[in-house]
Amino acid sequence: MDVARKLEILADAAKYDASCASSGAARKDSRGSAGVGSTGGAGICHSYTPDGRCVSLLKVLMTNACLYDCHYCINRRSSNVARARFTPAEVVQLTLDFYKRNYIEGLFLSSGIIRSADHTMELVIEVARLLREEHHFRGYIHLKTIPEASPSLIALAGRYADRISINVELPSQQSLDTLAPEKNLARTEIAMEHIREKIDERYAEKRPPGAPKPPPFATGQSTQMLVGADASTDASILGCANKLYTAHRLRRVYYSAFSPIPQPSSLLPLKAPPLIREHRLYQADWLLRFYDFKVEEIANPSAPHLDLALDPKLSWALRNRESFPIDVNQAPRERLLRIPGLGVRNVERILSARRFTRLRLTDLVRLRLQMKKLLPFILTDDHHPAKLGLDSDSLRARFLPPPQQLELTFDSPPTPGPSDFLSVRSGEL
Amino acid sequence: MRSVVIKPEYHAWRTAARQLLGQGLAPQEVLWTDDPQEASLFAEPEPEPASATAPAVKVPTAFLDLARRAAAHTDPQRWALLYRLLWRLTLGGERHLLSLATDPEVRQLQDWNKSIGRDIHKMHAFVRFRKVGVDAATHREQFVAWFEPDFRIVRLAAPFFEKRFAGMDWSILTPYECAHWDGQQLHFTPGVPRSQAPDGDVLDDLWRTYYKNIFNPARVKINAMQSEMPKKYWKNLPEAPLIADLIAESAGRVQSMLDTPERPALPAPHNAYLQSLRARDQPPPPPPGEGTGSGLESSEGRTAS
Ligand code: SF4
Repeated sequence: MDVARKLEILADAAKYDASCASSGAARKDSRGSAGVGSTGGAGICHSYTPDGRCVSLLKVLMTNACLYDCHYCINRRSSNVARARFTPAEVVQLTLDFYKRNYIEGLFLSSGIIRSADHTMELVIEVARLLREEHHFRGYIHLKTIPEASPSLIALAGRYADRISINVELPSQQSLDTLAPEKNLARTEIAMEHIREKIDERYAEKRPPGAPKPPPFATGQSTQMLVGADASTDASILGCANKLYTAHRLRRVYYSAFSPIPQPSSLLPLKAPPLIREHRLYQADWLLRFYDFKVEEIANPSAPHLDLALDPKLSWALRNRESFPIDVNQAPRERLLRIPGLGVRNVERILSARRFTRLRLTDLVRLRLQMKKLLPFILTDDHHPAKLGLDSDSLRARFLPPPQQLELTFDSPPTPGPSDFLSVRSGEL
Repeated sequence: MRSVVIKPEYHAWRTAARQLLGQGLAPQEVLWTDDPQEASLFAEPEPEPASATAPAVKVPTAFLDLARRAAAHTDPQRWALLYRLLWRLTLGGERHLLSLATDPEVRQLQDWNKSIGRDIHKMHAFVRFRKVGVDAATHREQFVAWFEPDFRIVRLAAPFFEKRFAGMDWSILTPYECAHWDGQQLHFTPGVPRSQAPDGDVLDDLWRTYYKNIFNPARVKINAMQSEMPKKYWKNLPEAPLIADLIAESAGRVQSMLDTPERPALPAPHNAYLQSLRARDQPPPPPPGEGTGSGLESSEGRTAS
């Protein structure tokens, strides 16, 4: 099989992994070396496919043959997809050739599990080793690791990679037992814990003077959760994500609405979930990480699902009207962050401007804020929202998209998916 | 009214602005114009001017960084606005001015910076190097790219390429200025027409293969793609000619996936590794008083034990 045919199969097999980030790596570059590569800035999307996703990395599998039978996955052992397998040298060559043409800014390498977790990890690591040691490649490398692999191999993977990840896939063991019988959440968490310790070591500042520097290690780990393949609620998905952020300090949790695959398993639901659900989860995730929201404020047992029609911050505001209006000239940062339509960056702008001036509505217009969204919730010297009906029942209706648009929105949310990490990254909610 | 005609680039503005500020000239007394002779010429940065003649004025470095970028914009108003801001920040006594994102002039400066930043970012993203050979003496691979930026950003964008592609020789050609790296230093030459750049690369086909297969036809979002990769860039991207067909075929591809028969789950094969996994999954009986619940809740207990 030639490399082009392998690339077809092994890129197709990798496309369901949502993570594409190439930011957050330690600063390094190729100056003074015979190689190429640099990392450390904001990630660069070198292209976009018509699904709106960013192409920043060569994202391929080492092989799509797999011993496991994860029912949502096109590579599961009971699938009859065409199989292929790269040699480490082929992946290395593709990565370097693509990189030198500036098609990509790194490699995202994953693999179906063949023979054993350790054997598979060794193949993946060999690619990274060749790139780093033989070719002096300083570009971004993201390696997917297998929780069952031995800790020494995971440590080695982390030494070569900028980012490593293990997918939790589903937020509970119960769901895994049905859909991914070989996967085990507890083992995944133990491996994440281990990775976290390695990352912490790297960052540890209180090394006794003269103590040797710990070996280099990836700067972060991330994971992916599948949405809509099982009955898990948004509350349990976000609860799981929150746990991963706090207990294992993950950099990112990616949410991936499960997507139709050819010859699906009979255990999968017939219908893919609306993509807007994935989008709302990203927004909620953002609220957890940058807006000091608690999971229970966004989704809880009595309201386990996010409102698909409204963003979660606006939804929260409408359920908590007694917290508004908020005075933009007085309120502390954490209260400003609660205002629908006001993102982190604009909160900072307001805080720095109001040290020198009192803000009026025209000032907010100049910041190009979404005034329609904002007005019912804020107070300025020249604006009191009472007449806008903060108490009125029709307030929610004002924010709903008109019915015919609503349908459209379900198919194409304005800022969809992880791939759009640029727009998500801006974090304007 | 003082009329100042400058070469349209940052250093020329800064030199002139320093002198004017030293003479205490208010912004409304100065008329800034791009030198029409120089406007289309290759911009050679001036050496740092001897500052003996101009009095030292304290200017926040943040402003100079913003000004340097804004200078790459093409808006004819930029020199006057930069001088007005410089004046306000210094003699005008508004030292805190840059904290006021609500100030229309500050906002304008930030907008220009945003456009320039985006243009630089897109250049970093969409330049496509084409291999043209290997240097016989140094054995270094040589690459050439063609790019059409909106603004005069080649010098602002070039250091990134130096860091990233230090191990190869490269040139990036644009209509107004070209950047070159030979392993030792960056240098710049005047712009060239597109015909001077190679049209393709042997790797382009493989890259298109990748692009085609990493696309998921079940999630078509054309607007999301185009807002990040506007059509004006397509003519220089080897993958762009595929886009129309990928979109046109996507609905049919999804339908045919949905039409394929489901496959039943198969019993696990006999495999030593899978058996060892299952053995691991049978936890030893829990000590009395501890639950056997699985999932996130229980994992802490397991980690600790
Ligand atoms: S382990 Fe599961 S998700 Fe990963 S390739 Fe194999 S079947 Fe797919």
